Amino acid sequence: MAEKTIEIEVLRYDPEKDAEPYFQTFTVPYVEHWVVLDALTYIKDEIDQSLTFRWSCHMAVCGSCGYNIDGEPHLGCKTFIRDFYPNKVRVEPLANFPIERDLVVVQDDFIEKFADIKPYIIRERHNTVDEGTYKQSRAELIKFKQYTMCINCLLCYSACPQYGLNPEFYGPASLSLAHRYNMDSRDEGREERMEVLAAEEGVWGCTFVGACSRACPKDVDPAGAIQQIKIAATSDWMKEKLMPWGKK
Amino acid sequence: MEVIKTDIAILGAGGGGLRAAIAVAEANPTLHVALISKVYPMRSHTVAAEGGAAGVAQDIDSLDNHFNDTVTGGDWLCDQDMVEMFVKEAPRQLTRIEQWGCPWSRDDDGSVSVRKFGGMKVARTWYAADKTGFHMLHTLFQTSIQFESIHRFDEFYATDLMIDDGRCQGVTAIEMRTGQMKLFLAKAVIIAAGGAGQIFPFTTNGSIKTADGMAMAYRAGVPLRDMEFIQYHPTGLPGTGILLTEGCRGEGGVLRNKDGYRYLQDYEMGPETPLGDPQPKTMELGPRDRLSQAFYHEQKKGRTVETIFGDAVHLDMTHLGEKKIEDRLPMVRMLAKTYIGVDMVKEPVPVRPVVHYTMGGIKTDLNGATLMQGLYALGECASSGLHGANRLGSNSLTELTVMGLMCGENAAGFAKEQAGKANESALEKQAADAEERVFSWVRKSGGGERPVTIRKEMHESMEQGVGIYREAGPIKATCDKIAELRDRYPNVQLEDRSNVYNTDLFSVLELGNLLDVAQTLSDGALARTESRGAHQRLDHPERDDENFLQHTLAYYSGKDAPRIEYEPVVITRSQPAERAYGGKAKNG
Repeated sequence: MAEKTIEIEVLRYDPEKDAEPYFQTFTVPYVEHWVVLDALTYIKDEIDQSLTFRWSCHMAVCGSCGYNIDGEPHLGCKTFIRDFYPNKVRVEPLANFPIERDLVVVQDDFIEKFADIKPYIIRERHNTVDEGTYKQSRAELIKFKQYTMCINCLLCYSACPQYGLNPEFYGPASLSLAHRYNMDSRDEGREERMEVLAAEEGVWGCTFVGACSRACPKDVDPAGAIQQIKIAATSDWMKEKLMPWGKK
Repeated sequence: MEVIKTDIAILGAGGGGLRAAIAVAEANPTLHVALISKVYPMRSHTVAAEGGAAGVAQDIDSLDNHFNDTVTGGDWLCDQDMVEMFVKEAPRQLTRIEQWGCPWSRDDDGSVSVRKFGGMKVARTWYAADKTGFHMLHTLFQTSIQFESIHRFDEFYATDLMIDDGRCQGVTAIEMRTGQMKLFLAKAVIIAAGGAGQIFPFTTNGSIKTADGMAMAYRAGVPLRDMEFIQYHPTGLPGTGILLTEGCRGEGGVLRNKDGYRYLQDYEMGPETPLGDPQPKTMELGPRDRLSQAFYHEQKKGRTVETIFGDAVHLDMTHLGEKKIEDRLPMVRMLAKTYIGVDMVKEPVPVRPVVHYTMGGIKTDLNGATLMQGLYALGECASSGLHGANRLGSNSLTELTVMGLMCGENAAGFAKEQAGKANESALEKQAADAEERVFSWVRKSGGGERPVTIRKEMHESMEQGVGIYREAGPIKATCDKIAELRDRYPNVQLEDRSNVYNTDLFSVLELGNLLDVAQTLSDGALARTESRGAHQRLDHPERDDENFLQHTLAYYSGKDAPRIEYEPVVITRSQPAERAYGGKAKNG
């Protein structure tokens, strides 16, 4: 074992044998270039094979390894233990989701909401393959590009106080994905999506705390997307109620 | 055991599995599709592909060019009928991905941009900055949501193919959340479960890339083909093995040794090209196998750079400027900054070759059909005949779209014809046997082997015996080592007895898959006494077309080493010739 060590305190919970979650502390070598995920895989390989967590790419793109690290949502593969040393690192599952086991949370709610917002190109008529690709200017691409960067890591749901209070709320990643398609020049599905988005559990659930955008590891800025949808929804409402002739 | 009846079961929900699922849904919406994956679709390793997807896009280019580049790049081990079909279908299938919303990077006129890539004569690599795989995967996943006939089984770990009457009729999979085994009865099964990078210690591949699909087919008697051809990508970050896309060089990045010298000109890839003006098939735009081999020689000559993670060379992009790097390569800039503390805008990044891609896999024809009725395969787990002895960068993302379509349509057609009733009791008996075999791991005590020990010994041996350069002695030692590890494997001891998300169990099953498939690699490498593409033998440095213009087939033989056979390569119009790059390739 290396000379320097660091303590990793991990929340453990196996529903088959634990009445409630508890913390377990592991001592691992301190390696300056290790991320939290490296420490977890070390524990699993060398100390306790039953430690349970999701991970895959180790390059901050697959979105598997979101954990609460020292109380805040982060990717395990992008959070260095040197930023905590010599203090211990506390690793918990993401907040606002049921714990399935140890650091693994149940994601069903997100997966359902994600599908509800119709995250795909909707058009009255699609080009055939022979008709070729759609043209899209760089200016048109920039309008939505940022919102395509979401890796579905769920850090934003963990950070969102509104989602914690009201699980009906669609939440940051789903709403920003809806915005992504609404803003895509190739899409005509905005009205269909707005039925979901303009509902109480849609954008109006958001009180613009901005915690989602601060937690996002990919600078998607879901809070900004939600504000833009709110403006669009208000403008739709005004067109419908105040200027009914303005609605197409 | 719960039985889930479906028409088509698809193993793997990455780019290939999703594309196949959509193809089935479009071909015949009445067919029930079970899309089964051990991870949520967006975690699949397609997500990590960076540089782009190849398909002829410019008037100055031609299908013949793409064909010739691919066959030459593959050192004539490609099946040319497959390549012919592929290059023709490639632009069409990338067009579909565009129509489904992929945020491709764009030219001034709003058409999709293409960039230069290694071994490609003309720029034809479609890209979405440096996150092409990520965007293609998310586009396919999101598009798949609208098809009601696609039923996802996220976080189900598949264990065994169910075979009766010589036909694949289903699969068993563990629901990871409950630990319960389920039997999926299907009229056809498509495997799109990814490659085998985790056989090696230093790889760009995510932890999930454990050869599961290959191993399942192999144990069911379907041969794995050309497994000795493993691609080293020349530019991985030392330490983590994180990939820095070939797009870095396509956009003008250059490789330098410790003296700042662009060493590729010493390895038949010159003449040196001007900074900022990369030339096709020359210097840094040579093919991956040649570039990784050049690193090996530079290392032998003592001309590499020492880092705390071992020897490296420098990938220099400092002449490109921040604007271009941020526009074209923002993610790799972030990756190099985060994981190695180097900003590529300001200084060269240390890089070294890293295991990246399994050229071989489950043998299929150009419809994606395997030698077993009802079983199809595509993507990195498959050997369609496209990549030969060395894959050209950006051909594999496109392959997912082309072969996803082929597998989906052909499996849908096959399923439609299966009117007869399955012998369900026989299949249920097989499933019960699979369940017994799997869960005996959890019940078993004693044995005393730690899985990590076996994994590390496998890693070390594979790197030593079947790395970039190989020769008989070390390869034989690796063959013996893998055989020994397979003998020891039954003594592996689990510590986790829980039914809920038992990753101890899954990783032990994955280890078994890795060991079985590693043996096809080492034994295939020992038997191939020539040098071709990514398989380089120090003791047999020449290509030997007389004896080895052939595909290797590895057949499962239980506890013994695989049975190795050969079959001819399909050659239609390109006869084997010298594989020339740099100045020599000018006329090619």
